[in-house]
Amino acid sequence: MALLHTINKSPFERNALESCMRLALEGSGILLIEDGVYGAVKGTAKSDLVAKAKSKIAIYALGPDLDARGISKNNLIDGVKVVDYGGFVDLVAEHSATQAWL
Amino acid sequence: MKFGILVNEGPYTHQASDSAYQFVKAALAKGHTIDRVFFYHDGVNNGTRFATPPQDDRNLVNLWGGLAKEHNIDMVVCVAAAQRRGICDADEAKRHGKDGNNLADGFRISGLGQLIELGIQSDRLVVFGD
Amino acid sequence: MSDEGGTIKKFMYVNRKAPYGTIYALESLEVVLIGAAFDQDVSLAFVDDGVFQLVKGQNTKGIGMKNFSPTFNALGDYDVNKIYVEKESLAARGLSVDDLLPLKYEDEDEDWAEKDSIRVVSSAELAELLDQQDVVFSF
Repeated sequence: MALLHTINKSPFERNALESCMRLALEGSGILLIEDGVYGAVKGTAKSDLVAKAKSKIAIYALGPDLDARGISKNNLIDGVKVVDYGGFVDLVAEHSATQAWL
Repeated sequence: MKFGILVNEGPYTHQASDSAYQFVKAALAKGHTIDRVFFYHDGVNNGTRFATPPQDDRNLVNLWGGLAKEHNIDMVVCVAAAQRRGICDADEAKRHGKDGNNLADGFRISGLGQLIELGIQSDRLVVFGD
Repeated sequence: MSDEGGTIKKFMYVNRKAPYGTIYALESLEVVLIGAAFDQDVSLAFVDDGVFQLVKGQNTKGIGMKNFSPTFNALGDYDVNKIYVEKESLAARGLSVDDLLPLKYEDEDEDWAEKDSIRVVSSAELAELLDQQDVVFSF
């Protein structure tokens, strides 16, 4: 089983997403929550971070946080899967442990 | 599964407490158990009885207290972090000569050992913070 | 080593923040010290600005805050001796292991020989270590 990484800050504000990409093993999962969901938006200066990693790491974004911030699901990087809080719970259960990148 | 939750930030200033609350609700709805919610750093501020947020918005202290009562969840405020930030129950107030106490219903004050135990006993530990 | 029927889990404490600007470094160390009594398989990881916590020569008189860096020296006595520091984080900040506190422990398996607790590891090595953990604490 692999780790689930949660990232709660925008990649424009903090280096959490960048550092997580450096330290997440192939086969692990990354869930973007709170302001972290800005990392899932396509066409930004940070989109490459996620786009490059998705062949090795599953990327998820928390739907309620996207909605709150007015981010349309059509505006996400290809391959990012949207989950709700129930999906968040499932992801935690399915992975061996959860690492919060605060 | 048994989940352990660590909340590192206080209500409102960061989304951490809200995210943790929504996660806990979803986990309970799926039939999981919450072993304990541990409040550390400014997270101890989720446990003050004197919070009076605007009426048209959620009252996080009451939401947490309500969840604790409804589902019998152990909600622990770290004693060391609480002392630093002025959150105390009647015992702590007496011990330190304070003229009042403010711990909200549903919470109890205890040591960091409870957090370590939570890591040992729960199946998954999830951290919410800044 | 642990109490009867006792579980031993791999606990990792991940530190990514600099000292003094926020309280996370200090309060995280307090958890490590309390946690030492529970006989788990404990490691610490210092990544990004977390590496600054271990820099020697901290003098906090001018800012009026308590200098808690000496507490790191006590970790060896608490059997906390796996202190991983990410090489890439050090290099990005112009630091080397020589800038860090010389944290030591006594290896009971080797006649109490004194050894370095700090192990500088690459991102790839640290990624593997993180993946093996049962519980990851972040502050």
